[in-house]
Amino acid sequence: MLTIDKLNFSYGDLKVLWDINLEVHEGEIVTVVGANGAGKSTTLKNISRLVKPTSGSITFQGEDMEKLESHQVVERGIVQVPEGRKIFPEMTVLENLRMGSYIKSARKAREANVERVFGMFPRLKEREKQLGGTMSGGEQQMLAIARGLMTNPKLLLMDEPSLGLSPLFVKIIFEIIQEINRQGVTILLVEQNVFQSLKIAHRAYVLETGRVVLTGEGNDLLSNEHVKKAFLGM
Amino acid sequence: MTIFLQSLISGILIGGVYALIGIGLTIIFGVMRVINFAHGDLLMVGMYGTFYLFTLFNIDPFISIVITMPLMFLYGGFLQKVFINRILGALPQNQILLTIGMGLIMSNGIMLAFTSDYKILSTDYSSSSFDILGISISTPLLISFAITAGITVVLYWFLLKTDTGQAIRATAQDREAAQLMGINVKRMSIIAFGLGASLAGTAGALISPTYYIFPQVGSTFTLKAFVITVLGGMGSIVGATLGGILIGVAESIGGVYFGSGWKEVVVFVLFLLVLLFKPSGLMGKSNT
Repeated sequence: MLTIDKLNFSYGDLKVLWDINLEVHEGEIVTVVGANGAGKSTTLKNISRLVKPTSGSITFQGEDMEKLESHQVVERGIVQVPEGRKIFPEMTVLENLRMGSYIKSARKAREANVERVFGMFPRLKEREKQLGGTMSGGEQQMLAIARGLMTNPKLLLMDEPSLGLSPLFVKIIFEIIQEINRQGVTILLVEQNVFQSLKIAHRAYVLETGRVVLTGEGNDLLSNEHVKKAFLGM
Repeated sequence: MTIFLQSLISGILIGGVYALIGIGLTIIFGVMRVINFAHGDLLMVGMYGTFYLFTLFNIDPFISIVITMPLMFLYGGFLQKVFINRILGALPQNQILLTIGMGLIMSNGIMLAFTSDYKILSTDYSSSSFDILGISISTPLLISFAITAGITVVLYWFLLKTDTGQAIRATAQDREAAQLMGINVKRMSIIAFGLGASLAGTAGALISPTYYIFPQVGSTFTLKAFVITVLGGMGSIVGATLGGILIGVAESIGGVYFGSGWKEVVVFVLFLLVLLFKPSGLMGKSNT
């Protein structure tokens, strides 16, 4: 579905990604784990074309994304739930959701999708008139995910959805990710919570200082010695 | 008391037009983080358009805004697409140079074409007024205020209720997140600058029956727009609306009680006082 081939990227003189190869198949949960600064978020930014690769190619459903602008990537069906939620702070919950279905193909299903995400996140329905900026971190994360689902994505990119959340919310968020996947959405998940994300992922990539150092099935990596030592403190 | 009410009402009426100027500037700033130093010059272009529509085709200034508004929108959109979209990520000083340069080209271009002579657009109601309870109300100011109020209401509706309007607000609140929603932020910038130019041009049209028209008239209004926007809080449309009215009232009351030479002083003292106690402006967010 998504193929990243020899992706290189630099912020000015600072090279952040080195020959990244990554593959996501339809229906999977694929996770990219690694420490802070390993290049996980930068990889997602390259896919969403918020930044442009220095070299290498990204192909989605057979189409080279080289020439696409960010908004066209969304129209192709790749939606990112960004790090730090990035809720529109001065818009209500409902308005935030409406923005999620801004693209033409999602507008027709807007009302149905609002009902659907309210079903998944009853707490958002209770707060539909509240301003996004006044909600708690966990609620904002729910809103960010719900907003992403409003676009009817084929591939959902999630950047650190559990960051800064209480253990209870972390548990809820990971359950939701699995639920979304069961509904047929392919997921590329970037996480620092290595244990949780390896547990739910079909396949995983381990990133260290901008390079893919390990790849395999989620469960296999959980028992991998290097992963245990580097990330799980065992 | 009558004098006070008189100056208060005159201030509110002219403040409506100021609000229109300020709202335009604040929308542009909100969406692009670019301060448009050509704002007053866009207003000036609107004034000249109105003047020539009146003298050549005898179209009433208040009716000609149906022509000026869309034309200024297209003109603003063109400026955004061709010039400003290129400097969105640039250093602030470069952005300032560009918008100041655009303003200079506009005012000097107009001077070249129409000389620097002062022009007066004189309608048969230009100096007419009527009395209510002993307060005299200028007819052209009242009409322009009514039009301003109408435009403001439509604009609020557009920004709050339509998809495009919400997308403009979303872009202003978080440009990157807007892109991730599939919003074409370059297009939103074009619409925003078009709106700003259109509002400035309309304000120019509305004041043309009561102001002198000359190529450099814009600079006063650029400064005024800037004061209104900062006073209201950069990027806040409600703030610009309030700021415009407030500046209009301060000018009017200052002019009546301290003499017209002092009205600017009153405006700037008020401006500094507000900033002293609320540095982010009336409606501004303190952390941005």
